[in-house]
Formats: sequence, C-alpha cells, structure tokens
Amino acid sequence: MSTEPTSPPVEGAAHFVRAAFSNVSFVTGFATTVLIAAMALVSFMWTPYDITLISIADKQLTPSVQHLFGTDHFGRDILSMIMVGARNSIAVAFVAVGIGIGVGVPLGCWAAARGGWIDEVLMRFNDLVFAFPALLSAIMITAIFGPGAVNAIIAIGIFNVPVFARVARAGAMALWPREYILAARASGKSATLITIEHILPNIASILLVQATIQFALGILAEAGLSYLGLGAQPPMTSWGRMLFDAQTRMMGAPHLAIFPGLAIVVTVLGLNLLGDGLRDVLDPRLRRAR
Amino acid sequence: MTLFLLKRIAIGLVTLLVASMIVFSVMEILPGDPARLMLGMNATPEALDALREQMGLNAPVVERYISWAGGMLTGDFGRSFTYRAPVIDLIAERAVVSVPLALIALTLSTAIAIPVGIFAAARRGKLGDTVSMGTAQIGVAIPNFWFALLLIYVFAVWLRLVPAGGFPGWSGGVWPGLKALILPSIALALPQAAILARVTRSAMLEVLGEDYIRTARAKGMPRRKVLWRHALRNAMIPVLTILGLQFAFLLAGTIIIENVFYIPGLGRLVFQAITQRDLIVVEGVIMLLVASVILVNILVDVAYALVDPRLRARS
Repeated sequence: MSTEPTSPPVEGAAHFVRAAFSNVSFVTGFATTVLIAAMALVSFMWTPYDITLISIADKQLTPSVQHLFGTDHFGRDILSMIMVGARNSIAVAFVAVGIGIGVGVPLGCWAAARGGWIDEVLMRFNDLVFAFPALLSAIMITAIFGPGAVNAIIAIGIFNVPVFARVARAGAMALWPREYILAARASGKSATLITIEHILPNIASILLVQATIQFALGILAEAGLSYLGLGAQPPMTSWGRMLFDAQTRMMGAPHLAIFPGLAIVVTVLGLNLLGDGLRDVLDPRLRRAR
Repeated sequence: MTLFLLKRIAIGLVTLLVASMIVFSVMEILPGDPARLMLGMNATPEALDALREQMGLNAPVVERYISWAGGMLTGDFGRSFTYRAPVIDLIAERAVVSVPLALIALTLSTAIAIPVGIFAAARRGKLGDTVSMGTAQIGVAIPNFWFALLLIYVFAVWLRLVPAGGFPGWSGGVWPGLKALILPSIALALPQAAILARVTRSAMLEVLGEDYIRTARAKGMPRRKVLWRHALRNAMIPVLTILGLQFAFLLAGTIIIENVFYIPGLGRLVFQAITQRDLIVVEGVIMLLVASVILVNILVDVAYALVDPRLRARS
C-alpha cells in the first residue's frame, strides 16, 4: 500500500498545444474569440467615439470613413457601441456558464459518486428542467424579478445547471469502475477526495468543450432576452439591445440592425469553432475517426 | 413494448404534475394582486374583497391549486382578466396560428437538414462536405430573430413579395394565411436545420464506419442504396433525439419570432400576458407547452422502438 494510486498520465501540455494549433477549427475559433475579447477589453480604455454623447445632427448616418458602421438614432457611433456592448454580452454569458459549472458539476459528480436514489432524484429533476422550454422560463424569470442584465444572467445560468450536471455525471460514471479509481478506494480515500483528485481532472476536457458551447448559447440567449426588452436596460447597451432599438427603424436604416447582428454571428461562430476544435484535439476517439 | 410505453407515460404524468406545482408556486410569489389589477388603484377595500372572494383568491393555497389543476383536466383553464374571456378560448384562437407555424418550420427544417446531412456524410472531406458544413456552422451561429429582420428587409420591404408582419387569419382563405407564415417559418427553421444537418452528418459518419456497411458494399450493393437503406435507418436514433429537442426550441422560438412579425400566436399571447401580469393566461399556456414537450419526448421514445427492433425486443 506504499504506492499512491495515480491517474493515467495526462497528455503533455506541449503536445496539446502542437495538436491544437494544427487544427483549423481551433485556430480560427481561438483567433476570433481572442479578437472579440480584446475588443471588449479595449473598450474600457478607448472607443472611436464616446457612446454617452448624443448628437441628433449625426443620427442614422450610413457607414463612412468617420463612422465605419454608421450611427444610430441618437447619432452614436455603432462601432463604439458594439465594442461596449461586447462587454455586456460576454459578461452575461461568462457568469451564466460559471453558475452552470459551479452548481451543475458538483451535483453531477455527487450523483455519480453516490448512485442510488440520490442519482435518480437528481436526474429526474434534470428531466423536469428540460421539459420547460429554456427561453420561455427565462422570460418568466425576468418577468418576476424585473428586466435587467443581472436577472438575465440568473435566468440563463439556471438552465446551464442541468446541462453541466448531466455532462459531469456521464463523465464521472464512466470513470468510477476504472481500476485506478478502485485502487484509490481500496487505499481508503473518501469519495469527495477521489472526485477532486481523480475524477475532475479527467472530466475537465469534456467540461471545457461543453463550456464553450454553453458560452455561445449564452451569447445567443442574452441577445434574445435583450431583444425582447428583458435584458440590458439603457443606458447600458448590449448587442441584443441594439437590435431591439433597430427593429422599428430598420426600414430606413438597415445598417442599424446589420452590424450588431453580425457581431453576434461572428462571436458565436468563433466560440463554436473553438469548441469543435477543442473536442477534436481532446477526444482521442474522435481524432482517430477523422 | 406496452410495459415500456406505460412506464414512459407514467413518468411523463409525474413530470407534468410536478411542473404544474412549480408553475403554480412561481405565479404565487409573483408580485401583483389580480383583483387590484382588474379594479384599478381607486377601488374600495370592500369591492376588492368581494372580487377576491368571487375569484376564489381568498381560499387556501392548496385548495386553489387543486381547483386550478383539476379545472385544466376538464378543459377549464380559468378566465383572463385583460381579455375578459376564457383562457381556453384564447389558447384555441392562437393555436390555429402557432401550431401551423411550428409544423411548417419543423417540416422545412427536416426536409432541408436530412438530405444535406446525408450528402455531406457521403462526400466526407470533399468540397461538397466542406461547403455544406461551413454553411451549417454559420447557420447555427445566426440568431433567428436577426435572421427574421433580414428576411423582412429583403423580401417584404425591398422586393415586396410577402407581408412584413401581421396575420390576416384563415377566414380569407388558406393562401393569404400561409403567405404571412412563409417568412416566420423560414426564420424559425433555418437555424434549426443547421443543427440538424450537423447531427445527421455525424450520425451517418458513425454508421458508415460499421462492418455491415462494408459488407453491403462488398456484396455489390449500389452506394446510393447502401446509404438510404442501411445507413440512414441506423443513423436515425440521434437524429430523432435532436428532432424531439428541437420541438421545444421551436415552441420557445415562436415567442421571439411571433414578436418580430406581430403574429397573434401563442408565443405573443404568453409574452403579452407576462408583461400585463395576466397570470392565469401565462400558467395555462406554459402548462400546455410543457405538456406538449413531454408528449413529444414520449413519441420520440416510441419512434426509437419503431426504427430499432433491438429496442423493441429489449423492453
């Protein structure tokens, strides 16, 4: 009993980086994601124009050299607004994924470690949450607590919980019968310790892939809620909110709707490509299939 | 098979029961007193109390839950105070718009996605695969309401081929009604089709690697026949799962899409009812949607058994 049971060797970081950067999906997705994140960060220090300044004389200008994406109904620069809006969209999706992982992963691991009725109850509860169309419930939640970015986060976050619980449970269930886990149990380690030391490191990669997918869905959900007027409220801005404002004005000024929408598409596309690439690199079974 | 079906139905009913309790409790904690909303701020306390009594609001919570849930079983969903009409009538009136919309969207999405998925899988790694899956990847990233705005701009404002919004009803004939649903159903269907095409492709690829496919090819069966007869049938399970999930997405999607196009369907009804705090309407529509999601999931399970004889034998 002197030798400590250990997890199978995790692939070296250098190997991972080499594999990742020779994967087209990963590289494209990673570059796009970094670009969008950088754009949001830069907006804290610099934007082409100040988006709090209203200039009715410049309202609804079409794209030009001065205003690359044109201006909105208050004469604000749309490129600057998209940069600032990126913060809100990213923050909402990020925290919502955090809620999903923070609550869902422990629940899923617990269900897998204990099994029996605890597992059954947790999984039936999961099914129950899935029976409610997510957007409908998000609308209900924002209606109860009032519209706003924070409530949008909660509404989207709640629906990430069963997703991560399910993924974590499935991953953990596959690991529990393995020999090295059995060895750890035989050496007297508690289920909690085994989960922390052996299960979590081994399901981290599938959780990471799921996180990118949920992040992309979170961006779409935030846009949907804000578009219905239930997410970010003025003076705060977000891409969905910009589309909400554009909707009634787009007959005369389609650029009001085109650019915020493109920002959403590019971001979600980048995240999905990143997720696909990560899955290819991290899942050896799929790598062989390609 | 019968046992399996009975078990699925029992689980579905329990889920529905718990869902009804959750919906009822959520509505209980919502701020706002229906009696005050109906009578306005200047109502006398006596009048308020009389109305509460008449609406059954003074009864204990459990009693109110039972009468609400029991009423739904007999088709009595209560009365809306903003529309001053029975909720079931409102639902029926809106369902004739939303159900065709969701069905057209689902048909459209399936009709596009499955052939594209098979096509891509059959030409794996070639130009056709890359182009169709690249398009699908973009389709997944497009928010349906933004796509709807673009469709309105191009086909209604610019080309003037179809109306930009609204719904004329079915009384003027089928065509004007259908015409108003064309853009909304395309907007609903395309992002879903993109997801479904990706799933179909990967399910097909998984199956195409199996030994029996090689055997079928080796015995000289034409490629096309192998694809459609052997591969597709075996690839249907994951495709059906996603189709079932998509039904829930479509229902929720109608909330946004109906708002974009000003279509008087269930989605718009529930959205307006939430903002007007007409809770009885919200409860009714949500329960109906949840019930239909559960029903579709049961149907998907039955469909599994139909496409896969192994599953039939096991249960």
